[in-house]
Amino acid sequence: MPKKRLVLTFPSRLVDQPITYFLIKDHNLMVNILRANVTPKEEGRLVIEISGKKNDIESGMTHLNEIGVNVKPLTKDVRWYKERCTQCGACTSICPTEAFFVNREDMSVSFKKEKCIACELCIPVCPYRAVEVLF
Amino acid sequence: MAKTIAEINEKIKKGKAVVVTAEEINDIVREKGEKKAASEIDVVTTGTFGPMCSSSAYLNLGHSKPRIKIGGGRAYLNDVPVYTGIAAVDVYIGATAMPDDDPRNAVFPGAFRYGGGHVIEELVAGKDIRFSATSYGTDCYPKKSIETYINIKNINEAVLFNPRNSYQNYNVAVNLSDRIIYTYMGTLQPNLGNANYCSAGQLSPLLNDPYYRTIGIGTRIFLGGGVGYVAWNGTQHNPCVSRTKNGVPRVPAGTIAVIGNLKQMNPSLLRGTTLTGYGATLSVGIGIPIPILTEEILRFTTVKDEDIFTQVVDYSDAYPQGKPDTLGEVNYAQLRSGKITVQGKEIKTASLSSYVKAREIAETLKNWIKKGDFLLSEHVADLPSIESEITFKPMPSKSVKKV
Repeated sequence: MPKKRLVLTFPSRLVDQPITYFLIKDHNLMVNILRANVTPKEEGRLVIEISGKKNDIESGMTHLNEIGVNVKPLTKDVRWYKERCTQCGACTSICPTEAFFVNREDMSVSFKKEKCIACELCIPVCPYRAVEVLF
Repeated sequence: MAKTIAEINEKIKKGKAVVVTAEEINDIVREKGEKKAASEIDVVTTGTFGPMCSSSAYLNLGHSKPRIKIGGGRAYLNDVPVYTGIAAVDVYIGATAMPDDDPRNAVFPGAFRYGGGHVIEELVAGKDIRFSATSYGTDCYPKKSIETYINIKNINEAVLFNPRNSYQNYNVAVNLSDRIIYTYMGTLQPNLGNANYCSAGQLSPLLNDPYYRTIGIGTRIFLGGGVGYVAWNGTQHNPCVSRTKNGVPRVPAGTIAVIGNLKQMNPSLLRGTTLTGYGATLSVGIGIPIPILTEEILRFTTVKDEDIFTQVVDYSDAYPQGKPDTLGEVNYAQLRSGKITVQGKEIKTASLSSYVKAREIAETLKNWIKKGDFLLSEHVADLPSIESEITFKPMPSKSVKKV
């Protein structure tokens, strides 16, 4: 079953709408909320993982676009600046999903975007400010 | 068969020196045996790259017209305060200096995004740095304030001088408390959530010459991408500690003070560094060649990660309170595997020192020597070693009379 990690940004007028409820009920999608930041009268942001049939994901996305929710893949919002990274590995013991990990063979650091849940724990831990989340 | 540094230098000049890194030497010795390897190999190169707070630079900025005596006044580079208590236009910038208006840890944990280490990186990168100073004015130095841009290309001298670098071994830091802590060993999660270490282990310079037989005052080294020298023993140099039978210290021990021309260095090997909740610092790349003069010197360079032990220390209580307690001993092979066991709990490890960069530095230095671009130097005086009777002193604690 296809899976997607998405960042949903919605305007203040939609903050009181049960957006995930519609995705589940009307589009048969399994929704896992990874992060949520919803403040009354302000912009809201949800980081979710959805899984379901390809058609259902498409119809769900169309619905979100129609009601005015901005949908972006999570991977676009998490940036690892490799040229700033010194390959020390400080981020790797704190990353809960092992999106940042050390290749033990040569001790280099890699980042698997699809594993990232944008928890931001790595950001203050990086001594060279090589990770940014552009929410 | 014993060799001399002069003989090795002759081979380097002819492009015939046999040079390998401290990683490669292990395979060679396994294959050929110590005796043969010692006669065939001329130099073993080492490397390390990590945060080193006791790093700094001094600059001579040239004289303005009319002249200003910055010495004894106040001065800033990109708003980071520099030390002015020396001659008129010499200033000294330390890696941990912070702008006066930085909130530091008043907003906890402090971000420490920009400090002295970052100024040094930008200076080396050739960027213009805003310089401002105020002073009191004298008959021969009448000007009282100045604001301008300086650039490393057009100041008289820029010298990296690090009073303590290249620690011979270091603690593994963990947190036994129930809250997150922010230390110079990085962010430590509560209840043994992670373990941070900071050494290149088998590649680290002083771990390959544990009694400082070849590394001494005057040794020419790779420093920040350029050439530098060992100037003295580093501060807190502490050779008389417990060692394993291969001579390797089990706790932080020797250190070196290093110096070199900042103008020929590389910003990718002098990196401004941020330790959240702790401060700003500078990460420095250092590589030291070890001339294989005897079989014994070769044997020291064959040290492997599994033979280098270090102590696990609690940074929530034992370290800040200055207690000598340790939570056990682990080796660098375990640390580099990504997991160690402390108090029966398996915990993830991470390094603050970059093994990848340490290897790159050892490789670069190897290639410089092979091409004849880097000659070895005879050191002019020894670093104090195990016979020195040096003891590590705490700060004196005396009550001060209030008038």
